[in-house]
Amino acid sequence: MIKTLIKCVRDAKLTAILTPIFVLAESLIEVSIPTVMADLIDNGITVGNMDNVLKYGVILIIQTLGALFFGATAGYTASRASSRFARNLRQDMYYNIQQYSFSNIDKFSPASLVTRLTTDVQRVQMAFQMITRISFRAPAMLVFAFIFAFRTDHKLSTVFLCAIPFLAVVLAIIMKLAFPMFEKTFTAYDDLNEVVEENVHGIRVVKSFVQEKHEINKFTGVSSRIYTLFSKAEKTVAFNNPAMQISVYFCVIIISWFGAHLIVESGNIDGMGLTTGGLMSLFTYTMQILMSLMMLSMIFVMMTMSKASADRVVEVLNEKSDINDGERNLTEVKDGSIEFKNVSFKYFKTAESNALDHIDLKINSGETIGIIGGTGSSKSTLVSMIPRLYDTSEGEVLVGGENVRDYNIEALRNNVAMVLQKNVLFSGSIYDNIRWGDEHATDEEVQHVCKLACADDFIQTFPDKYDTYIEQGGTNVSGGQKQRLCIARALLKKPKILILDDSTSAVDTKTDAMIRKAFRDEIPNTTKIIIAQRVSSVCDADKIIILDNGKIVDFGNHDELYANSDIYREIYDSQTKGADNDE
Amino acid sequence: MSDNVNESKQPKMPGRPPRGARVPMKFDKKTIKRMLSYMKPFTPQLILVVICILVTSGASVASSMFLKTLIDDFIMPLVENNKNGIAPDYSGLFGALFGMGVLFLAGAVSSLFYSRIMATVSQGVLKRIRDEMFSHMQSLPINYFDTHTHGDIMSFYTNDADAMQQMLSQSIPQVLSSGITIVAVFCSMLSLSVWLALTVVVFLVGIMAITAKIAGKSGKYFMAQQHSTADLNGYIEEMINGQRVVKIFCHEEKAKEAFNGKNSDLCENICKANAYANILMPINNCLGYFLYVVLAIIGGTLAINGIPNVACFTINVLSLGSIASFLQLSRSFIGPIGQVSQQLNSVAMAMAGAERIFTLLDEQPETDDGYVTLVNAKRGANGELTETEERTGLWAWKHPHTADGSVTYTELKGNVVLDDVDFGYVPEKIVLHNIDIYAEPGQKVAFVGATGAGKTTITNLINRFYDIADGKIRYDGININKIKKDDLRRSLGVVLQDVNLFTGTVMDNLRYGKPNATDEECIAAAKLANADGFIRMLPDGYNTVLTGGGSGLSQGQRQLISIARAAVADPPVMILDEATSSIDTRTEAIVQAGMDALMKGRTVFVIAHRLSTVKNSDVIMVLEQGRIIERGSHEKLISEKGQYYRLYTGAFELE
Repeated sequence: MIKTLIKCVRDAKLTAILTPIFVLAESLIEVSIPTVMADLIDNGITVGNMDNVLKYGVILIIQTLGALFFGATAGYTASRASSRFARNLRQDMYYNIQQYSFSNIDKFSPASLVTRLTTDVQRVQMAFQMITRISFRAPAMLVFAFIFAFRTDHKLSTVFLCAIPFLAVVLAIIMKLAFPMFEKTFTAYDDLNEVVEENVHGIRVVKSFVQEKHEINKFTGVSSRIYTLFSKAEKTVAFNNPAMQISVYFCVIIISWFGAHLIVESGNIDGMGLTTGGLMSLFTYTMQILMSLMMLSMIFVMMTMSKASADRVVEVLNEKSDINDGERNLTEVKDGSIEFKNVSFKYFKTAESNALDHIDLKINSGETIGIIGGTGSSKSTLVSMIPRLYDTSEGEVLVGGENVRDYNIEALRNNVAMVLQKNVLFSGSIYDNIRWGDEHATDEEVQHVCKLACADDFIQTFPDKYDTYIEQGGTNVSGGQKQRLCIARALLKKPKILILDDSTSAVDTKTDAMIRKAFRDEIPNTTKIIIAQRVSSVCDADKIIILDNGKIVDFGNHDELYANSDIYREIYDSQTKGADNDE
Repeated sequence: MSDNVNESKQPKMPGRPPRGARVPMKFDKKTIKRMLSYMKPFTPQLILVVICILVTSGASVASSMFLKTLIDDFIMPLVENNKNGIAPDYSGLFGALFGMGVLFLAGAVSSLFYSRIMATVSQGVLKRIRDEMFSHMQSLPINYFDTHTHGDIMSFYTNDADAMQQMLSQSIPQVLSSGITIVAVFCSMLSLSVWLALTVVVFLVGIMAITAKIAGKSGKYFMAQQHSTADLNGYIEEMINGQRVVKIFCHEEKAKEAFNGKNSDLCENICKANAYANILMPINNCLGYFLYVVLAIIGGTLAINGIPNVACFTINVLSLGSIASFLQLSRSFIGPIGQVSQQLNSVAMAMAGAERIFTLLDEQPETDDGYVTLVNAKRGANGELTETEERTGLWAWKHPHTADGSVTYTELKGNVVLDDVDFGYVPEKIVLHNIDIYAEPGQKVAFVGATGAGKTTITNLINRFYDIADGKIRYDGININKIKKDDLRRSLGVVLQDVNLFTGTVMDNLRYGKPNATDEECIAAAKLANADGFIRMLPDGYNTVLTGGGSGLSQGQRQLISIARAAVADPPVMILDEATSSIDTRTEAIVQAGMDALMKGRTVFVIAHRLSTVKNSDVIMVLEQGRIIERGSHEKLISEKGQYYRLYTGAFELE
């Protein structure tokens, strides 16, 4: 995990290395300040020597400025390093997602990818900043302060040898107890969010079935669990402060008692042993030492908490695309012929049944092929083999006479245009959206494909015509309009093969027919594959494939199928005969 | 003791804005008052907390003050005595230390107490707020959910509640104890020397000014950071959701370009916001030491030159021990001030969150003036209906008449009449005009028309998701405004196009509308909807736990479950809104038999895209722009060769 993350440090390296150095310098200075403060008291105030007060005052101010300089610089470099690191993380994740194949995308839900790229990265960034700053500062302070305390008075400093292990053990126990509680609380939080989300989405169902009370009970159940878990966890953590206070006060009392004896022995003269100034600086070191210990335990908790986020980030980074350019890297697709040779496919290696089962199929360039079949008969799966959205589990798919695995993927997909069933438009003008097919297309070319897809008519009715701004997700155009825009976008690629996956379902039959006519007249050499639920969309195709349970059960033109295929006849009759109702 | 002992450092939720970054301050009196009202039930606990904090802070201040006593009253005299050859007597010191020990212990114990009490109080308050939010949300009209994005509503429960939690469990105790410490220390300072105390005040003003300046800068960049975060998140969301299209169009490189710009912007803003926040601490520290030196010089000058010192009650020459104590106190003073300034940000965020939560709580709930209720009924000897406790399968509307105190019972049959109904989501814009519908019990009424014609809207009026502007809707002859909403909705079954399933087993989901349904009833309903087959193929059959709204199922399968769910609830009237849209025609033909069985004897309102689904309806209404333009049976409409005929023959577009 660390290895993967470290790769993303890159341009944050210098600042990431400088930060701990500055932090160390800052801590060293800060620790040395109490000794100077002691000198100021002993040799200035106590003996009434103003020259010394000034002298040590100046030293103190110089030290302070030094600490400020290093502290501020460290603050800056730490934030620079961590923000750059986060940027690199996001970039690497996003770039890697761009390389994902469809089966990679299937693995992560879009919502989870978005959370990983945003919230999780943010947490990792916080942790990173903490590593560069506090995780150096706390141990450094601990060690330096201890050394200085030891130098001030080594006998008294032995008190720390009792206090440090005591506090460390207590803190460790508290953390060990509290951590699982916090983890449980977080899962309870997830449950709470889930209930809320389900209710916000399904409010109509809740209200229709009059289940508000039931849902409220469900929610109260989860919120009570959070209450119990969280207050228990916080109550455990509540031991932190008293443990700290007891350690500090213990040290103070011990140091006061023995310190008083030592000062009396030395006569409070610097150089003869402990002085009042020394005593004061020992108190300060007590605070510094025990505070750093507290800090350390906090870092530990925070790190463990952000580990889950880091894991989720790394998962995205380490996901390798299973579809890559072929070795031969062919960039030329000869023609629009397609051949399936004994193709089988399953979505998961462990799945019992094949989604596609031993498909053999030959389609000539320029043919129009209809595909029809029930829900779950793998119509979409069959066509996604052609632009190599998925790799076959068995057998091979040839496009233009070559195995799809031998092509350069971009070349293949530019020649095999597919209009997806669940299609999306992006925020931007209609021009912008259609130009996804070819960014260099002229306005005329865009308008031409829109005419082919029967989209021009309605675009002309918009006040801004082709400059009409499409909202995110295409929410401001209707379903049928969206489908036609998506077809136009695919046409602009001038593909050798055009696949429409149920892409005219929301378009009326007449327009549907006009689109098909345009295909026939305008792009006769393009192989057209049309998946449809409406039999009228496919019955004039050159050949029709009837799919059932991942198998081709029939293949032929309308007349042949109507004569020989029971399924086809059944579908055809149920959808067309209805017009002269016989029920 | 240079710093404050009471610093509470608990694991914070990660992902918060940097400390010291300040969001615009806005302390609305009303909001504060209302927040306090939630804490009211915990008044005894809170009083205890304040007492405990007083003790803890007292111990902390005492430990700072103790230094003066230690040096001036014990060590110095002992040193003198020792020099003069008198054997030092440590018994006084022992007593003092013992006293301090007791005080310290009390401080530590109090601190433990108040943290633990606060944990219960803050979580208790939060639980109350959360529960109130959720049950209030359940009472809100559908309109609220139409006009607020789901993300916005979710963030009440996440971001805003988190902010409040942060404030309740950390900021409030922290500010309280810091405040007490500051006041106590300052009093101690005054008792030592007014001059020096004044110096501290002057310094304090300077520190505050600098802190405010830096926090302001940080806040500015923090806002910019929020902005560019939202910008980048929006972009990522759009692209990730369209990732498949990006792949198909080989648009990866372009997608990266736009991303890089936004990503770098965010990086810049985060860096600046964090940097300012990070610098705040070192600057505060530095100023603290500055103060120390200045105090030492002023104090030293005063003492050495014998300038009269004004303390609280006395005027004398400043003693050296007093200066040492004062210097020490100045350190105890700076710490809490830094802590308070750090907490201000989270208090401001919590206030903003509280305000948002209160707006949710102030939303008007659905009004329900209905008084006609649905009861189990029994038919008496001469055919009259009487109310009964047991489930008879016979339902009646119980209609109390306020005028004469009598109660009448009307049998629930499923007769629905819309009489000249007008409706608009906003009063200015009427979307349904003069709708007249007569649905006899057992009839099937279909709505056909383009998207936005008002089909779904009509069904939403029948179950009173929205209230009509004009006209009347009668259910079994009773104006639906008189019927209690819950009972009205209980008598109407709904199957929607977008199926919402809930986390739980398949069985739980089937039982959703009728919690006491038996397993057998549920399975029978599933068989009726043709869902039994695939349910049995799920890993645990009917006990398979569905998560994420049943995301493992296909849309068609979810629709089948939703049909079965409505069948279990067994209402006399059903509304099927595109209930079979995701089921292919062949499967639909199979489900059709079940659907027919389901619809038998019920009044059914059907909305469907596919005309094959609606053509066997008793009445088909063709809607256009909120008006019924044609009505009649399939045959009648076909023979009229109007809009329906054109739709049916495919000459017209339906969306």
